[in-house]
Amino acid sequence: MKIKKKCVAMLLAGGQGSRLYALTQKVAKPAIPYGGKNRFIDFPLSNCINSGIDTVGVLTQYQPLVLNDYIGNGQPWDLDKMHGGVHVLPPYQTAAGASWYEGTANAIYQNMAFIERYDPEYVIVLGGDHIYKMDYSKMVDFHVANNADSTIAVIDVPRSEASRFGIMTCDEEGRVVDFTEKPKEPKSTLASMGIYVFTWEKLKKYLIENENANTGSKDFGKDIIPAMLGNGERLFAYEFEGYWRDVGTLDSLWEANMDLLSPSLPLDLYDQSWKIYSRHENMPPQYIGPNAHVENSMITEGSVIDGTVDFSVISAGVTIEEGAVVKYSIIMPGTTIKRGAVVEYAIIGEDSVIESGAKIGMRPECVENRDDWGIAVVGHELCVSEGKQVLPKEIISENI
Amino acid sequence: MGMNNNVLGLIFASINDSAVIDLTKQRTMGSIPFGGRYRLIDFPLSNMVNSGIQEVGVITKSNYGSLMDHLGSGREWDLARKKGGLHLLPPFSHVGGGVYQGRLEALNNVWNFIDYAKSEYVVLANCDVIANVDFRKVIAQHEETGADITIVYAKGLYRKEKNENTNILSIDENDTVTEVLITPNMAGECNICLDMFVMKTDFMKKIVQEAASKSQHSLIRDVLQHRKDEFVIKAYEHKDVFFKIDSLESYYKTNLMLQQADIRKSLFNSQSPIYTKTGDNAPVKYGLETNVKNSTIADGCMIEGTVENCVLFRGVKIGKGAVVKNCVLMQGAVVGERCSMECVVADKNVEISAERVLTGSEEYPLYLGKKAKI
Repeated sequence: MKIKKKCVAMLLAGGQGSRLYALTQKVAKPAIPYGGKNRFIDFPLSNCINSGIDTVGVLTQYQPLVLNDYIGNGQPWDLDKMHGGVHVLPPYQTAAGASWYEGTANAIYQNMAFIERYDPEYVIVLGGDHIYKMDYSKMVDFHVANNADSTIAVIDVPRSEASRFGIMTCDEEGRVVDFTEKPKEPKSTLASMGIYVFTWEKLKKYLIENENANTGSKDFGKDIIPAMLGNGERLFAYEFEGYWRDVGTLDSLWEANMDLLSPSLPLDLYDQSWKIYSRHENMPPQYIGPNAHVENSMITEGSVIDGTVDFSVISAGVTIEEGAVVKYSIIMPGTTIKRGAVVEYAIIGEDSVIESGAKIGMRPECVENRDDWGIAVVGHELCVSEGKQVLPKEIISENI
Repeated sequence: MGMNNNVLGLIFASINDSAVIDLTKQRTMGSIPFGGRYRLIDFPLSNMVNSGIQEVGVITKSNYGSLMDHLGSGREWDLARKKGGLHLLPPFSHVGGGVYQGRLEALNNVWNFIDYAKSEYVVLANCDVIANVDFRKVIAQHEETGADITIVYAKGLYRKEKNENTNILSIDENDTVTEVLITPNMAGECNICLDMFVMKTDFMKKIVQEAASKSQHSLIRDVLQHRKDEFVIKAYEHKDVFFKIDSLESYYKTNLMLQQADIRKSLFNSQSPIYTKTGDNAPVKYGLETNVKNSTIADGCMIEGTVENCVLFRGVKIGKGAVVKNCVLMQGAVVGERCSMECVVADKNVEISAERVLTGSEEYPLYLGKKAKI
């Protein structure tokens, strides 16, 4: 017997994340390290358990090995439950055949049986590539109070950026009257955060209709929401106020890490009342050596630092040797920066080695033409040999 | 890691508690915080797990609340098992139990558990010795020599006045233990007993019952000393680093030894990690104008001042302009702005308000009790 759940979360974690290039070549986007100790997926998973949602389906498709390993039985997030808990849901074969997830709506459609096992009133659909802390239970309460069929979380964005998002227009009660994906001339500045609460019976109906209509996209933003809107269903916008960052591009990933070092603390990872959990290895505490110079940075367990670290985020098990310099950079787990190497305005992937004298990235002031400047990136498990240079904007995906 | 269903581990959580009375006032030897994020029991427990031992009993005496809290189900040590796993054995958990004097009495107190043990061998360990020991090697030597008891020892400096509760072994050229001396009046390099013992489970059952029938309770005195001619007692040399926590001074100095790369490498070998309960803390945050040198710092700390040659446990806050040198600050210490501290051992959740000056010495570090407000 399954115990009925009020709300089940479905976390879309199958996307390729192609705009993160070298970082997502072998690793699904939700498993990319962030903030020294976390990976993207820690945010929706921790938000779920902190919001009292203890049943989560994680839909995986692209390069799932690291992600599967990371989620495991869900124990780090307290999601190893007797009833519910976290379940990894890859595409599977049925009597009718087998297919990959073709779109966000199709991925949920293919897992309707999983949702039905918990007989929920509501389903919350989440993504795995945003950094934010949110109490989903408040959004569900809002959904219930409005007797809504669907509630879409929105955030007010600057007008100049509005055309990058799905934009909602609402009446004075907060009911959505118009929704346009990436409008050229946005009618409002309320952008969809890709977080949807649905009344399950209603969503089920639309998923089946969408599947039968065979639109080709099978997507929430492109198909399900417009169809519901067209049929006059009750759609509401739930305005979120707080820190929310898309980390789908290299620049935004770098910026979201740098936000952690801002004195205004836009995102507080030290708040004990809303912890962001993670799975991590048992490593001894970090050791800061006699030659180290560390300022304005976040550094985590297992790291050994004897060089200069300034305005940087250093993950677990990183070695920065004496005389190495790391500034305005993100160093992912297990990487070594050797003596005399200089890393500035860069992202270095997991388990890579930057040999002595190598130079990665550059300060913006040092580049003549501003358009040539950007974050330098070295992928996972790579080696940058002695004395080699990686220029700003360059993305390294094989040994050099 | 090899499987070893054949070995039962037994850890004495409270032996020698009195040596560090400040630190054990509210806890056992096993639950004394160490090295930024560990408790002393993590070392023997991880050693056992890394040696493939899948069943461990932890024998407690008193003040074991913090120990139970730390160990939980044993999941962090991979000991939350259907078969075997972790067993907490408090003194009154069995008929005829109670507070004990020595190891044999402690074992007799948990006789129901011991009697039930089906393993071929047992490994006994205390919590006051910090080392990374592979018990598979000890057991292999034990099997090879056909000894009744094998004792793990290491060569090290000993001085009666400095080293309370230390047993010294005399060993002949065949690794046979010819004498065990309890804190003898001598000084210099000695064979220091690490209080880790390997024997057959049946043999242990026999000596425990025999001791009980004669109202004897000490493994060292009543068996290793008084019955040494009856049994074959062999010594196994641990050739790597070890530390014995036998005073506040040694606790303090051992913590600060973690700044040495070779010692870190030996204790925290990635192939035999030391497991502990995780705290889900965010990384350490270093502010503007911080100056940190030669220090071991656990996650969740926030540092805005100067830190030199310190061990900071989880969630310690060092205020702006504060200067902290040669200190061991346990979890949650808050050091106010412009404080100056040297040679201080602060127990958990100590608060020091701004501009205070606190100084101890290397031989007598200043100890601040749990939750002290200064």
